Amino acid sequence: MTTLTKEAGAPDPAGTGPLLSVRDLHVSFKTEDGVVRAVDGLSFDVERGRTLGIVGESGSGKSVTNLTILGLHNPMFTTVEGEILLDGRELTTARESELEKLRGNKVAMIFQDPLTALSPYYTVGRQIAEPYMKHNGASKKAAWERAVEMLGKVGIPNPRARAADYPHQFSGGMRQRAMIAMALVCDPDLLIADEPTTALDVTVQAQILDLLKDLQQEFGSGIIFITHDLGVIADMADDIMVMYAGGAVERGTTEEVLRAPQHPYTWGLLNSMPRLDSDLGAQLSPIPGAPPSLLHPPSGCRFHPRCTFQDRVEGAGRCVNERPLLAPDRASACHLTADQKRTIFIEEIKPRLG
Amino acid sequence: MLRFLVRRTLGAVVILFLLSIVAFLLFFGVPRDPALLMCGKTCNPDSIANIHHVLGLDKSIPEQYWIFLHNLVLGSDQFAQGPCPAPCFGYSYHTNEQVWETLMDRLPTTFSLTLGGAVCFLIVGLGTGLLAAWRRGTLIDKAATGGAMVLSSMQIYFLGPLALAVLVYQTHWFDKPAYNEFTQDPASWFTGLIIPWVVLSTIFAAQYTRMARSSMIEQLQEEHVRTARAKGMSRRYVFFRYAWRGSLIPIVTIFGIDLGSLLGGAIITETTFSLPGLGQLAVQSVFFSDLPLLLGVMLFSATMILLFNIIVDAAYAFIDPRVRLS
Repeated sequence: MTTLTKEAGAPDPAGTGPLLSVRDLHVSFKTEDGVVRAVDGLSFDVERGRTLGIVGESGSGKSVTNLTILGLHNPMFTTVEGEILLDGRELTTARESELEKLRGNKVAMIFQDPLTALSPYYTVGRQIAEPYMKHNGASKKAAWERAVEMLGKVGIPNPRARAADYPHQFSGGMRQRAMIAMALVCDPDLLIADEPTTALDVTVQAQILDLLKDLQQEFGSGIIFITHDLGVIADMADDIMVMYAGGAVERGTTEEVLRAPQHPYTWGLLNSMPRLDSDLGAQLSPIPGAPPSLLHPPSGCRFHPRCTFQDRVEGAGRCVNERPLLAPDRASACHLTADQKRTIFIEEIKPRLG
Repeated sequence: MLRFLVRRTLGAVVILFLLSIVAFLLFFGVPRDPALLMCGKTCNPDSIANIHHVLGLDKSIPEQYWIFLHNLVLGSDQFAQGPCPAPCFGYSYHTNEQVWETLMDRLPTTFSLTLGGAVCFLIVGLGTGLLAAWRRGTLIDKAATGGAMVLSSMQIYFLGPLALAVLVYQTHWFDKPAYNEFTQDPASWFTGLIIPWVVLSTIFAAQYTRMARSSMIEQLQEEHVRTARAKGMSRRYVFFRYAWRGSLIPIVTIFGIDLGSLLGGAIITETTFSLPGLGQLAVQSVFFSDLPLLLGVMLFSATMILLFNIIVDAAYAFIDPRVRLS
């Protein structure tokens, strides 16, 4: 998914290219305080049957990106530029009716908090059956049967009876299972999971992750897995993209990014993770400073105000003036040379990670 | 559900009981003697004492209250004017008519006024509010919001006479407001009430427009509405099935209160258009210190409000399954 060598935007009806291809995406909101550049020049691919993990702090543009893929942003206040290609089809300019046919059908979404994301007014079964009726033209009865089948698949005991229950009668973990059943009811090619386990406790979280992996095996969907939890991402993702202030700062396979991270921000993320085997008194080392305001993003490298390595970059003021780009191959958006990154990580960062 | 209804009904009876005590105490707390209003030119201490005796006002207040309660529940044939079956509020001091019969006599007017008005303001108010929410931010929305703002700050006693002056007396487009029995002449029932309905519903509709719009906009930002959109459900479907369902709760709440208080007597509207309904009766009863009538109107209005409160609470259970189980 990290290869950007393919000519962007070329139609690919044969389905040999990436499932989803995002090119130079810019999303900005008009607010009373000014224009917020929530996503600023983002490109990535998702392949069939693979999982892309997107990591980043709150406000780094993770969720906005994915709402934009489905066209769920508010068109009145939002400007979208760039390309989003699903199976070679351009989505940013697609008509609402076309998007409606894709949503829940080819691209489905799982949200963070299953309690607020499910309607309290309708039964779980009905909410799962709805997209199936809409997209497959199924009868009410057939769709209900399908909903029961899906509830069984996601591991809800006694699915026939539980389908007639309302979301508030489900536990947190079961609600998220129902949410997953709802997302998978039409066998989507792409599943976007927006922090699906953040609202759940740890044991339930592990169950849900296993379930997602099993279902991916079965359905062969591509998954975009958004989280801020590196532990979860190590478990789930094949590839990782690290986002900061509306852009990607690093990407690669999970192995690469977690074993040999190359961006100072990724180092910071790894550093700030608590470890089970560290001393009880050991201090966590958070990244200094706060995420930048996207109303007035920093010049040059977005991360430079918080970066402790910028004085090692050759050429004075490069970090402040010049925005580093993500190189086409496995790389990070940073002005440090590849050698510098390697030595800094091995000599200074790795020992601290233990 | 049955337990809920029984519990709420018992609660309502207790409230009505307490209310009647308060009304009684307040009436006697006011230094105003109904006998003075009744005895006319030949007033002397003897005739006043006589009137007091006839009305039972010479008895102690607790005793009077006890008689009132007894008559209300069991009826009475102690009245000089004739028998008074339960629920007996006695005979009006002023008109000498049986209070319950007077109430029942006036009820159709108030009922017609309320019902027609409610139909108008629900359709117009909610319709405009939904349209504004659907077309949020457009010129239609701004016009609806602005119009609702202006109209909801109007008053019936301003709009009413204005409508009468222009639509009835100047242009003669509409009949002079009057109440005609529906069963006798449906057409004149309609034409007689149309101006009051329009005026009443104009002001109410504006409030419903604002409420429907704001609660729809709030609901449309709910996460479960976004989920429904993410499933591929159309904007229209999500609007009417998901967001509307959630908006119903505040709307039903306010509607219940409005309907209850209008049925208890739309005092200003009835006075403005000289419609002989319960509201006018309420004004009369206060004006003439007419204790039996006052208690009758008051308890009737309170009953209506309590009744609709119970209906609203029961309606919640139909709207929101979470209420059903708890």
